[in-house]
Amino acid sequence: MLSKKRKLYIGAMKAAMYISTGLTAALVIFLVVYVFVKGVPHISWELLSTKPSYISGRIGILPDILNTLYIVLATLIFVIPLGVGAAIYLTEYAKNKRLVGIIEYAAETLSGIPSIIYGLVGMLFFCQFLGFKTSLLAGSLTLVIMNLPTVMRTTQESLKTVPQSYRDGAFGLGAGKWRVIRTVVLPGCVDGVITGCILSIGRILGESAALLFTAGFAHALNGIFEGLTSPGASLTVALYVYAKEQGEFGVAFAIAAILMILTLLINFSATLVSRYFAKKREL
Amino acid sequence: MKKIISFLTAALIMCSALAGCSAEKEAVATDGSTSMEKVIGVLGETFELDTGITVTYNPTGSGSGIKAVAAGTCDIGLSSRDLKDEEKAQGLTATVLAYDGIAIIVNPENPVSDLDVETIAKIYTGEIANWSEIGGNDSEIVLIGREAGSGTRDGFESITDTEDNCKYRQELTSTGDVITTVAGNPAAIGYASVASVKDNVKMLTVGGVAPTEETIKDGSYIVQRPFVLVTKADTELSESAQEFFDYITSENAREAISSAGVVAAN
Amino acid sequence: MKKNKMIERVIHGVFLILGLLTVGCVLLITIYLVISGVPAIAEIGLFDFLFGTEWASTATEPKYGILPFILTSVYGTAGAILIGVPIGFFAAVYLSKMATPKVKAFMEGAVSLLAGIPSVVYGLVGMLVLVPAVREIFDIPDGASLFSAIIVLAIMILPSIIKVSMTALEAVPKEYEDASLALGATPVETYFRVSVPAAKSGIAAAVVLGVGRAIGEAMAVMMVSGNVPNMPSLFQSVRFLTTAVASEMSYSSGLQQQALFSIALVLFLFIMLINATLNFFLKKEKD
Repeated sequence: MLSKKRKLYIGAMKAAMYISTGLTAALVIFLVVYVFVKGVPHISWELLSTKPSYISGRIGILPDILNTLYIVLATLIFVIPLGVGAAIYLTEYAKNKRLVGIIEYAAETLSGIPSIIYGLVGMLFFCQFLGFKTSLLAGSLTLVIMNLPTVMRTTQESLKTVPQSYRDGAFGLGAGKWRVIRTVVLPGCVDGVITGCILSIGRILGESAALLFTAGFAHALNGIFEGLTSPGASLTVALYVYAKEQGEFGVAFAIAAILMILTLLINFSATLVSRYFAKKREL
Repeated sequence: MKKIISFLTAALIMCSALAGCSAEKEAVATDGSTSMEKVIGVLGETFELDTGITVTYNPTGSGSGIKAVAAGTCDIGLSSRDLKDEEKAQGLTATVLAYDGIAIIVNPENPVSDLDVETIAKIYTGEIANWSEIGGNDSEIVLIGREAGSGTRDGFESITDTEDNCKYRQELTSTGDVITTVAGNPAAIGYASVASVKDNVKMLTVGGVAPTEETIKDGSYIVQRPFVLVTKADTELSESAQEFFDYITSENAREAISSAGVVAAN
Repeated sequence: MKKNKMIERVIHGVFLILGLLTVGCVLLITIYLVISGVPAIAEIGLFDFLFGTEWASTATEPKYGILPFILTSVYGTAGAILIGVPIGFFAAVYLSKMATPKVKAFMEGAVSLLAGIPSVVYGLVGMLVLVPAVREIFDIPDGASLFSAIIVLAIMILPSIIKVSMTALEAVPKEYEDASLALGATPVETYFRVSVPAAKSGIAAAVVLGVGRAIGEAMAVMMVSGNVPNMPSLFQSVRFLTTAVASEMSYSSGLQQQALFSIALVLFLFIMLINATLNFFLKKEKD
């Protein structure tokens, strides 16, 4: 038989656990339901497929959708080679433990820096010093720095799972290091790169503070090349602008609902990818 | 993997084609006051319909807009306040495009409907702190204002002569925010561009004068400020920028300007 | 053969540069913040800047004291930790040790969603639901306050606390728990008296991570905290270090703008301190 005191302790702990978990669940459900109820009725084909018109007072978020797409593409194009390269250096080349420690600490630091600071430094460095002005390109490059640690880490994790014997085998056949990397190491890190991409896309979609100062918030409809050199709002920034500047909460919630659906999709695909590769590895 | 890439490329090309219908003529870049978004948006759009020249607008704030012109990173700067002397000294010219009334807004539930400028000043400096003192309900007045540096705040404080003395309860960073907050709090008072005010808040008359096109133009509604186009005195505008400038300062633009809720200067 | 060696060397060099990129970025950020942040501090005076209680950047006689921002950030973060950590901690214990696989899978999805929601959405919902609610419940003239910001921050740090704590708790060797159970402890006692202490550096890392998140958040708190540079008090409108930078940046000029960079520098120093702490706990966890 348990003593009263123990029973009380167990009861209290159980209650705390149930309440906390319940609270978290309730919170998520509330947020999802609230945003969807407020936002979904405002999602229409017109909203998704037009640009805003001041004359008719119509609001369309097509430019924001395209801007988001451009930013995602531009960021990934830069961040993947950089992040993968950094990871390869760490796992394949670096022998100096201290250097590895410094690099990993720097990556740790980068992922802890708040986005508002990225926004400021991005503005100073990319927009002003390098002369990119307020543009999607400046915003994307800022996001490259932000997402570099993510891609680096996921790639590193997957490189660690490439069996050492593969490398040794290739070396044994007389292949040079670069060749071993190309033929053995790189194919092994595909899952890490994909996971890194998915996580980065999630972060880019949710980003506002860093983009506000570097990419601006215009709603102009542009093709990708002129788009990259001109200012533009991503979906999240547009959400902020519509809610704050114009009090258009219907549109803001519509965007919020879209972002939430995208977040769900991203989380889902991240799970799928890791499951797929885990299975593949077992085979 | 290859399929995905080709799919992405195809999607991209389609997007570019979709968006690629912009003109060959050089676009006009404007940069500045967030309060001028609507008026410049309407003007830009009508201009584009007429001429095919696109007008880009970057709502960065009056100060940034002025800086951008001075630095040559945009064609026309937009400022919702007059240029300061030091800014004029940099060789910048100001052309008044329109006048914008600054509406004093309260919650629709609030019985107060008229205040004079002195009373507004007393309210914002904290001398009057309860609505009951001026014929309203017995509740503490919640002062909503804009952040330091905002053109609206600048205009409001200089007209009411309350510079640096306002006891704000909230300093919000945008017009829409002020309106939303006032709409959501029965004891709040705020100020915002007349053009942006919707019917979820009540506009007060100031000294018995309601902010209308006539009262703003003849100056009898005194809480107002100019919308200014900023250009460099010694550099010529690009061809398309000059065309845009001429159009918006002409009489032809009057209708478009007033459809944005502000009063054309010309 | 010689050519091959050359290529190898070049490639090695390229990878070295890529490897050093993160270090370069950190240096770049540090240098930029120092260069742009120090002049204003020098002009205002370090003491007046850090301990001045009044911020009036556009007044005719401007005052640049950021103590209100520093204290608000510290109090706000502390409040968020006080509310968020217990909830996150207990939820993590439940999910990692007791929950059925179905509940666990659902909650993991929910927590990931919570982590992925953009911060402006939190701000938006906070502005429209939380702020009016706070005003009604506490019968104060206006709900935009430190309190509202704390609630929003507490919610925003929940996912990182739950996730990191769960990872740490799941890494506790099963033998520890089995031994405790064999000795007659009930499962709940085992979780809290054996598993939790064994995972304590991981949980500490979760808390520090939460601190970092909370102190660095800008957009969401900007929409619910009122933004007046008051000295902090629970139901007053307040301004954080982050929101001080964000709200005045677009209109600022001259010394005002430089002072905003100085605020960013102060924020950065806080973050570096927190990162160092985090790293300490993570290393401990690894050992």
